Amino acid sequence: MNSPAAPSQKPMSFFLTTAAINRVCRRKAADRRLRLYGLIAIGLAVAMLATLFVSLIMTGYPSFVQTHVTLDVYLNPADIKADNPETGNYRAVIKESLVTLFPEVKNPRQQRALQGLISNGAQYMLRDKVAANPSLIGQMVSLKVPATDMVDQFHKGVISRELPEDQRKISDQQIVWYDALAAAGRITTPFNWALFFNSDSRFPELAGLKGAIAGSFYALAVCFLISFPVGIAAAIYLEEFAARNKMTDFIEVNINNLAAIPSVVFGLLGLALFLQFMGLPRSAPLVGGIVLSLMTLPTIIIATRVALKAVPPSIREAALGLGASRQQVVFHHVLPLSLPGVMTGAIIGLARALGETAPLLLIGMNAFITSDPGGLMDPATALPTQIFIWADSPERGFAARTSAAILVLIGFLLLMNITAIFLRQKFERKW
Amino acid sequence: MTTLLCLLALSMASFFLFNARARAMAANTSARLHSLPSYHGAYVALRVALPSVAFLLIWSLCQQPIIDRLVMSGLPAEATTGMGRGALDLILSEIKTVADGRIFGEPSPTILAAAEQYKEWRQLGQYALFAGGLGIAIVALYLAHRKIAVEFRARQQVERIVNGLMIFCSLVAILTTLGIVFSLLFEAYRFFELVPWHEFFFGLNWEPQIPLRADQVAGLGAFGAIPVFTGTLLIAIVAILVAGPIGLFSAIYLVEYAAPKTRAVIKPTLEILSGIPTVVYGFFAVLVVAPAITAFGQHLGIEMAPNSALAAGLVMGIMIVPFISSLSDDAIRAVPQAMRDGAYALGATKAETIVSVLLPAALPGIVGGFLLAISRAIGETMIVVMAAGLIANLTANPFEAVTTVTVQIVTLLIGDTEFDSPKTLAAFALGLVLFAVTLCLNIIALRIVRKYREMYE
Repeated sequence: MNSPAAPSQKPMSFFLTTAAINRVCRRKAADRRLRLYGLIAIGLAVAMLATLFVSLIMTGYPSFVQTHVTLDVYLNPADIKADNPETGNYRAVIKESLVTLFPEVKNPRQQRALQGLISNGAQYMLRDKVAANPSLIGQMVSLKVPATDMVDQFHKGVISRELPEDQRKISDQQIVWYDALAAAGRITTPFNWALFFNSDSRFPELAGLKGAIAGSFYALAVCFLISFPVGIAAAIYLEEFAARNKMTDFIEVNINNLAAIPSVVFGLLGLALFLQFMGLPRSAPLVGGIVLSLMTLPTIIIATRVALKAVPPSIREAALGLGASRQQVVFHHVLPLSLPGVMTGAIIGLARALGETAPLLLIGMNAFITSDPGGLMDPATALPTQIFIWADSPERGFAARTSAAILVLIGFLLLMNITAIFLRQKFERKW
Repeated sequence: MTTLLCLLALSMASFFLFNARARAMAANTSARLHSLPSYHGAYVALRVALPSVAFLLIWSLCQQPIIDRLVMSGLPAEATTGMGRGALDLILSEIKTVADGRIFGEPSPTILAAAEQYKEWRQLGQYALFAGGLGIAIVALYLAHRKIAVEFRARQQVERIVNGLMIFCSLVAILTTLGIVFSLLFEAYRFFELVPWHEFFFGLNWEPQIPLRADQVAGLGAFGAIPVFTGTLLIAIVAILVAGPIGLFSAIYLVEYAAPKTRAVIKPTLEILSGIPTVVYGFFAVLVVAPAITAFGQHLGIEMAPNSALAAGLVMGIMIVPFISSLSDDAIRAVPQAMRDGAYALGATKAETIVSVLLPAALPGIVGGFLLAISRAIGETMIVVMAAGLIANLTANPFEAVTTVTVQIVTLLIGDTEFDSPKTLAAFALGLVLFAVTLCLNIIALRIVRKYREMYE
C-alpha cells in the first residue's frame, strides 16, 4: 500500500519514513517492556523465596548447636543417698559445683544469679545420670550441662555486649562470670541433639521436637492407612468400573470440591463430629490422622486416576482376551503397572498433610505437652503445630528454635518430595 | 483394639483354611473347581471380616454418646433439674475425670456413684463389643463355610463384594461433604437460636470475647460479622493485588518468551512457593515482612499497625503466586497455535499478539484461576492467624490491623471445649459462611475453566 507519491519525487518505501521507523521502534520497545515485566515478576517471586529461605536459615542455624557449660560436680553423699538416688538434692550439688568455681561469690542473691547461667534442666540430667549409675555417688564427675537461653543467646551473639545493661537480660556480673568460664575453656557448643531427642519444654534451651515428630508420625500413619486404600479403591472404581451417569458425575464434582475446601473447615468437621459427637479424645493423633486423611483423599484419588489412565488399553485388552475377569485385569495388571504413579501421588499428598496446621489446631493438637505420645490416643502435638506454639512464645530463644523446627519440617518435606520424584523417574514407564 | 486384631486374625486364618480346603476338594473329586482355591479362601475371609469389623467400628463410634446419655439419665432428678446444657456437660466431664481415677477436691457422693456407674457401663460396653464382634464373625464363618463347594461361584461372589467395597470407598467423598455440611449447619443453627441472624450478617460490632451490656445476647458479646467479612476481603484484595500481576506476568514470560530450558528451571522453582507449609509463611510474615513494612512505613511517615493487613496480604500474595501463574500458564498455552500464527502473519509483535490475541482468548481461564486464588486467599488460615490482628476493625485502610473469618474461627475455638456458648458456636456460623463462599467461588471457577477448555478442544 505504497502511497501514490508525486511524480516528481522518487518513490520512497512507506516502511522507511521516519514516522514508520519510529512506530516500529515503539512497538519493539513495547515488546521488550512486556518481556521485562515478566522478568521482574519472576525475579520478585524468586527473590521472595530466597528471602524466605535465607531468613529462616539465618535465624535457625544457630539453634542446631547449643551452648554447654562443663562443670566438675562432686556428688556429695550428704545430698544424694545411695539407696535412693532418684530423690537427691541435685540442685544443691549443681550449685555447689558452681560456687566452687567462683568462691568469691558469697551473697545468696549473687549465688542465685550465678545459678542463672545454668539451665534448670541440669539437675534432672544429673539425676538421670546418677540413677542409671549409682556408683558415681561420692565421686567427682565432669558434666556438660546446657546453659540457659540468655547465656546461649549471648554466646551466639544475638544479645550484643554493647547493649546497656538495662536493655538486656544478662547482667554485667553474669557476663564477667561467662567470660571467666569461657577463658577456662568450659564453654562449648556441641551439636544440639536435644532439639531432636527432647520433648517440648518451657525453657527454650531444653525444648525439642521429639514429641512433635512422634505425633506427626502417628497422625501421618493413620492418614496413610485410611487415605491410601480408600483413595485407590475409589479411583479404580471411578476410572475402571463406574458407568458414566449422574451419580458418578456427582461423586467427581464432590471430589474436586473437597480438594478446594479450606483446611480450617476440615478442622471444624473434626471438632464437631469426632470430638463433640463421637467423644474421641482431644489432641489425639488418631483424630488428627482421620481429619488429614479426609483432606488427602482427593489428592490421592486424582493422582491414581491419572496413573490408571496412563496404562495403555492394549494391556487391558490382552488380559481380557486371555480370559481374565475385569477385576483380575485391574488388580493383576493395570494397578501394578500404575503403582509408581500412585505412590508418587500418595507421597505428595502425605507431604501436604505433614505441613497442614489449621485443622490440627482446632482439634487441640497445639497443647503444651512435655512428654512424647505413647500411642494414637495420647495427647500430642505435630511438627507444624509445634512451630505455631513456639512462634507464639515470647522467649528470645524460641524464635531461633522456631526457625530450626521449620528447617526440620522443610527437611522432611524435601525428603518426601525427592522420594516421589525419584520414584517417578526410576519406575515411570513411557508407553 | 485387641478385638480388631482378633477378628483380623480369624479372617486370615479362615482364608488359609478354606484355601487349603478348596485345594483338597479339587484333588479329591474328579470335577474341576469352578473358581480358583484362593477365591474360596478370600470369600470366607471377606464374609468373616466385613460384618464384624463394620460392627466394631459402628459400636465404638456410638458407644461414647450412648453411655454419656445413660449416665446422665441415671443421675437423680434433683441433681440435674433446671440446669443448662453447659452445666450438664460440666457434670459429665467431672464424672469422667473421677472415673479415670483423677480426683481433685471432694466430689459429691452423686458424682462418685455416677462415676462408678460410668465405669461399669464402659466395661460392659467393652465386653459387648468383644462378644458381639466375635459372635458375628463366627456366625458369618458358619454361613460362608456351608457355601463352599466344587460348583460354588466363589470368584463372582468375591468380585461382587470387592465391587461393593470400591463403591463404598468412592462414596466417602460424598459422606465427607455431607459430614461437613451437616455439622456446620447443625452448630450454626444452634448459634442462630441464640443470636438473631440479622445481627450476625448485618451487625457492625464484632466483640465475641467481651460482654458489652447485660441485656445483650447471653451477656456474652457482640456478634456483628460485617467487620470480619470486610477484613477478610481487605486482606484477600491485597493478596490478589500482589499475586495477580506477578503471577500473570510470569506466566506470560514463561509461555511466550522463555526458552524451554529456562522454563524447565523457573517453573518448578515457582512451584516450591506453593509447597511451603502455610505456618512457615506465617512465621516469615511475623519475623521478616511485618517489621520491614512497619520500618518502611515509619520511613515514609505513615502510621502502621505492627500486624497490618498489608503484611499478611503481601505474604499471602506470595503464597498464591504459583496458583495464578500455573493456571494462567495452562490457559495461555491452551490457545491454539493457529491464532498465534495468524497474528504473527499480520505482522504483530510478540507483545501485540499476547495482549490483543492470546489474553482475550485465554481470559476465561485466567479469570477462573483468579477466582480459585481468591477462594484460596479467603480460606487461608495460618498466615492470618499469625500475622493479622485479632480485633475486628471496620476499615479499608491496609495499614491498619484487621481480622479475618479464619482468624476468628481459630481464636474462638482454641482451648475451648464448651459447646453451648454463642462464642464457640459463632465459629461454626463463620465456618458455614466460609464454606458456602469458597464452594460457590470454586464451582463458578471450575465451570468457567471447563467451558473454556471445551471451546478449543
